[in-house]
Amino acid sequence: MAKLIKNRAFVENDKWHRVADDQPVNEYSIITLERWNTEHHDLQRFASAGKLGLWLSSEQTIEQFEGVFRNFGVIAIDFPKFTDGRGYSAARLLRERLEYSGEIRATGDVLIDQLFFMQRVGFDAFELRDDQDEAEALKAFTTFSNPYQGDVADQRPLFRRQARG
Amino acid sequence: MYQYDEYDQQILNERVAQFRGQMQRFLDGKISNEEFLPLRLQNGIYIQRYAPMLRVAIPYGALNATQMRTLARISRDYDKGYAHFSTRQNIQFNWPQLEECPEILAELAAVQMHAVQTSGACIRNTTTDEYAGVIAEEIVDPRPYCEIIRQWSTFHPEFAFLPRKFKIAVNAVPDADRAATMVHDIGIHIVRNEAGDVGYRVIVGGGLGRTPIIGEVIREFLPEEDLLTYLDAIIRVYNQFGRRDNKYKARIKILVKALGIERMAELVEAEWDRIRNSEGKLTAAELDRVKQHFVDPAYADLADEPAELVAARTENAAFARWLQRNVRKHKKAGYAVVTLTLKQKGTPPGDVTAEQMDSIATLADEYSFGLIRSTHQQNLVLADVEQRQLFALWQQAKALGLATPTLGLLTDMICCPGGDFCSLANAKSIPVAQDIQVRFDDLDYLHDLGEIDLNISGCMNACGHHHVGNIGVLGVDKKGEEFYQVSLGGSSGSDASLGKILGPSFAREQMPNVIAKILDFYVAKRIDGETFLEAYRRIGHDPFKEAVYGKAD
Ligand code: SF4
Repeated sequence: MAKLIKNRAFVENDKWHRVADDQPVNEYSIITLERWNTEHHDLQRFASAGKLGLWLSSEQTIEQFEGVFRNFGVIAIDFPKFTDGRGYSAARLLRERLEYSGEIRATGDVLIDQLFFMQRVGFDAFELRDDQDEAEALKAFTTFSNPYQGDVADQRPLFRRQARG
Repeated sequence: MYQYDEYDQQILNERVAQFRGQMQRFLDGKISNEEFLPLRLQNGIYIQRYAPMLRVAIPYGALNATQMRTLARISRDYDKGYAHFSTRQNIQFNWPQLEECPEILAELAAVQMHAVQTSGACIRNTTTDEYAGVIAEEIVDPRPYCEIIRQWSTFHPEFAFLPRKFKIAVNAVPDADRAATMVHDIGIHIVRNEAGDVGYRVIVGGGLGRTPIIGEVIREFLPEEDLLTYLDAIIRVYNQFGRRDNKYKARIKILVKALGIERMAELVEAEWDRIRNSEGKLTAAELDRVKQHFVDPAYADLADEPAELVAARTENAAFARWLQRNVRKHKKAGYAVVTLTLKQKGTPPGDVTAEQMDSIATLADEYSFGLIRSTHQQNLVLADVEQRQLFALWQQAKALGLATPTLGLLTDMICCPGGDFCSLANAKSIPVAQDIQVRFDDLDYLHDLGEIDLNISGCMNACGHHHVGNIGVLGVDKKGEEFYQVSLGGSSGSDASLGKILGPSFAREQMPNVIAKILDFYVAKRIDGETFLEAYRRIGHDPFKEAVYGKAD
């Protein structure tokens, strides 16, 4: 099992869980976009209660989820391989273009050295891959104290945040 | 040049600490080889054929004497006493120990240098004109914009894992392009619109490699403060839609070709429209702050053509030749721009020894405000030399082997490291360059030939920019043997064009003769003062082909 990090701490007993397309959905299930698209009538009650999550593959782009994202309390974005960087733009667009305020969770090949970038583009939950060192992972969130660019938490680039020169 | 403030320095120091930790975890077996790869690449470290290679960034080619001395010391302490300037204005060490790289990076950080994003699938070092800021022809000095791009792209959180590497080049001269902007992922032309405002023409989707493509204009005029939001928009589109299934189809040029430039522009403009007035927009204060780092040095009040210069030129033909080739007009009266050529016979193009680096630093201190530039032609420039000191500088440069008066001529070749170092190579490239340098060493002949770009790459990756050489040479593998394919007619200038392959490839021994045939034909056919490229464009490809291969039956 991957270990979940939220607010820079490991979380035990996370109630959200991924459910395969052929398994029954219950409260706090995270389902695929395909399943939502075909079964949303049946699943609406979970969604309305804020108890349904969405899992997005790295292939799925904003046009595919911009109509439905509001139904989900959690959106998990998959990193099939840590070098696949599409999830960074997906998360950022969810936050900045769609103004999604639920949890965005990084899932899949989530490694220590991506965490700092991920938190900046809007991820706030991280399913750290099993083999990763926990203490190192928590340290990674503070790698840089004052990055050049703005990010989801603070839109201002360094040149607007600080008086320079 | 740009001086770090506390924020720049802190970011860099934190980077050094981060990589030290990553290296330690790697050495402790906590990071696999495969997962360490992008981490080391984003810190400039390749594993080459024989040893690791460390590529150090020289942002837009600017470095100072202290930095040059540090590079010299590093080459002595951690390497074999020499280094190599690349075609992207960077410098490479070919023999460092992997475990020592964090230490090297710490030493570099102490002089505001780094290897950040010199490799890997991220935004690379931005390049520009080596004469930026010292020539009258430019619209404005492009370097502040390059620095602004450097800061924005450094550890950009969204774009650390792009489909492929991403290169940006900036040019601010209307009729020349020394930064090869048309063959970059993004080319930025600094222009003025009719109202006289500074802005940018943005080119996208150019590139070399397996599928060479000349970039296309995506926006004719972008206002000055919109630079970063527009770059964000382009790269966000690329990050989402660029292909990731095949590394040879992953560059933005393939996406632009697949979508068409109109569709690409639509996507980019739609995204930009949303973010153009966000906090990411540049401020006048920031533009001004960065520009302040590039104000003119304290030039003396001097006149052009001082008596000392005129006398030395008349008396010394070799000096006169060097002046004519390697020295260029400066925007300020009494000054000149000097290129130190790293194209000595017998050394690979772009290579310098530690001693030469130290001496270059001294020359820079003595003659050019302590500043040096590297060029994409793999030479170095002292940009602010007093004309009355040119003769003294020439004598010293000559003694150091840095005054070969061949800038822009046949033997001022661009050449990638090739099979001597690079594990991707199909063939060696340095020996070809050396054979050509030996064969064509007659200065009168070289000067008579005039300007010719001869570019050599050891494989399809085209680090030697062979597609845009007037004469391009590409190493190919034929049943395990090294062969060379020749193309003609490429240009990386503002009239950019891609070379056309001449015919079947040649063995290495044949290469000097092949080049000789091409040149003989050009000399025989040129009309008054035509350059090689002009003559080729007029005469056409087939006559050149015939000159080399004989008449086809
Ligand atoms: S062109 Fe090929 S051989 Fe030359 S440096 Fe690039 S990858 Fe290596």
